[in-house]
Amino acid sequence: MRWEKNLILLAAAGVFFVLTSILAGRGLISRFVLLTMTQVCIYIILALGLNLITGFTGQLSIGHAGFMSIGAYGAGFIMKTFDVQAGPTLIFFIPFALIFGVLVAAAFGVLLGLPTLRLRGDYLAIATIGFGEIVRIVLLNTKALGGASGMPLKQFVGWGAAYWLMLLSVVLIYNFVNSSHGRACIAIRENEIAAETMGINTTKYKVMAFAIGAGLAGLAGGIYANHMYMIQPSTFNFLKSFEILVMVVLGGLGSITGCILGAIVMTVMNNALGIFPEIRMIIVSVLLVTMMIFRPNGLMGTTELRLPFRRGPFGTKGDMTNGG
Amino acid sequence: MSAEFILQQLLNGVSLGSIYALIALGYTMVYGIIQLINFAHGDVMMVGAYTGWYCTTVLHMSFLPAMLVAMLACSVLGVVIERVAYKPLRKSTRLAALITAIGMSFFLEYGMMFLVSPQTRTFPPVFPQTIYHIGPLTVKYGDIVIITVTVCLMTLLTVVVKYTRIGKAMRAVSFDKEAAALMGINVNNVISATFAIGSALAAAAGVLIGVYYNTVQPLMGIMPGLKAFVAAVLGGIGIIPGAMLGGLALGLTEVFVSAIGFSTWRDAGAFLILIIVLIVKPTGLLGQNTREKV
Repeated sequence: MRWEKNLILLAAAGVFFVLTSILAGRGLISRFVLLTMTQVCIYIILALGLNLITGFTGQLSIGHAGFMSIGAYGAGFIMKTFDVQAGPTLIFFIPFALIFGVLVAAAFGVLLGLPTLRLRGDYLAIATIGFGEIVRIVLLNTKALGGASGMPLKQFVGWGAAYWLMLLSVVLIYNFVNSSHGRACIAIRENEIAAETMGINTTKYKVMAFAIGAGLAGLAGGIYANHMYMIQPSTFNFLKSFEILVMVVLGGLGSITGCILGAIVMTVMNNALGIFPEIRMIIVSVLLVTMMIFRPNGLMGTTELRLPFRRGPFGTKGDMTNGG
Repeated sequence: MSAEFILQQLLNGVSLGSIYALIALGYTMVYGIIQLINFAHGDVMMVGAYTGWYCTTVLHMSFLPAMLVAMLACSVLGVVIERVAYKPLRKSTRLAALITAIGMSFFLEYGMMFLVSPQTRTFPPVFPQTIYHIGPLTVKYGDIVIITVTVCLMTLLTVVVKYTRIGKAMRAVSFDKEAAALMGINVNNVISATFAIGSALAAAAGVLIGVYYNTVQPLMGIMPGLKAFVAAVLGGIGIIPGAMLGGLALGLTEVFVSAIGFSTWRDAGAFLILIIVLIVKPTGLLGQNTREKV
């Protein structure tokens, strides 16, 4: 039963990919749309990572762009140092660069996650803002990584790779959240003291959530670096962290399908309103404030979208989180 | 490094730090009363700076009336923000309130950008460009004004909080909201008053920053806002003397980091202090530890 479901979902994902590839090949999908679709994939990966930290584990982090920039610069550094050119070596270097970015970002996630031992709530949020800003300033002042003018790169990762890596991240987060580790994280969100009393090593799981979330942000950064031709410290500012947070909050803190929807809606809206940046930000902020007042848990809350299978592909997750 | 150089930097640090302290006071007062980090505070300061700019440039007012108008306008703005955005969320989670505050901050920034265009405006020279030489020190007229205004406002605030009826009510509400309500204090009015006072102080700081750096710009509130918040945390958030101490400490650090030749790193210095304080003593310099009860 489970196999059937997964096979059907995988087939659907494959059909979607083949369709878009054919359409793009014939020029029926414009480059702008394809770019938007790739960006959607990048933001979904980012939102998934932040959702694990903030939505499932309940640790408010507003420094996600910091992890993203670490991943981007990590991957970019590898591509630059080995002076990677288009050719058969790409099959080795691209995964190497991406994995390097993920590992460095995850290491910083652990580094930042450890102080969560002592900090909670607002204080943690502030510490993560500080972290994001420090990363940006360090990058700005590091001549070896290009400083303020940034690091020019080639485009080696296209829509296809971004799409499959996004699906991989969804599967990873879905399985993590439904494992015993994920349940421990949800328990921490619901009540940290109660979770600790029940024998959950809260520090371990908080650090774990930070490491995985940061690693995913690093992956998104790596894809971004290898897709956008150029990375600059100013791209990864407080505003970027905030945008990712809005996607998660909009879709639903603690809902995988919710944050995917949030990422899609926000990215499409951002690109559609790209020529009116002020109006875009006004809409985003008003949306956010009204959302918080009327639906503080996001559009989806902790519930997941279900496909019409007999038991639903997302299992009994909704029941589990609502019971807490 | 000579003694004169150090003295000169001390003076610069105090004048920058007193601006941070003015902004930090608003953060700390609001946090003390409703435990909310009012991210929009830095942007209220920006609105204050714009009001001051408008009053001096378009209406040709002199410095002091312009500052008073800005303070008045911003205290109204502060109360409106509180009533519209924060009041409905008083019973919801901290996360929701914090996200609303960030949303409000962006709304002010980009709303202002939409209204007055993103271009940087020059503040007219409202002070004489006099420079005094006191011994080896170079003292600008602006420095004296900044320090005098800050000292006056802080004294006024201390008097208000310590000796007036509303000040007593504010302390009562920050100590225990429910008990204060039971004693017949109108908690909503006290919270509004806190926002009004905090925003007025921010507006004063905004006008001072505008005059000091000669420019106003819609995103000018972000960095001073974040740094003032660092100052509030450094001194112990919720504690009024802590905010003053934290502001001065932050201003001095920043000036000295720049003075020894690391001016591009000075923002990182402020945030590094923040993270160290949070890890070593999260309650701040003047804060006391409280045990969390189940």
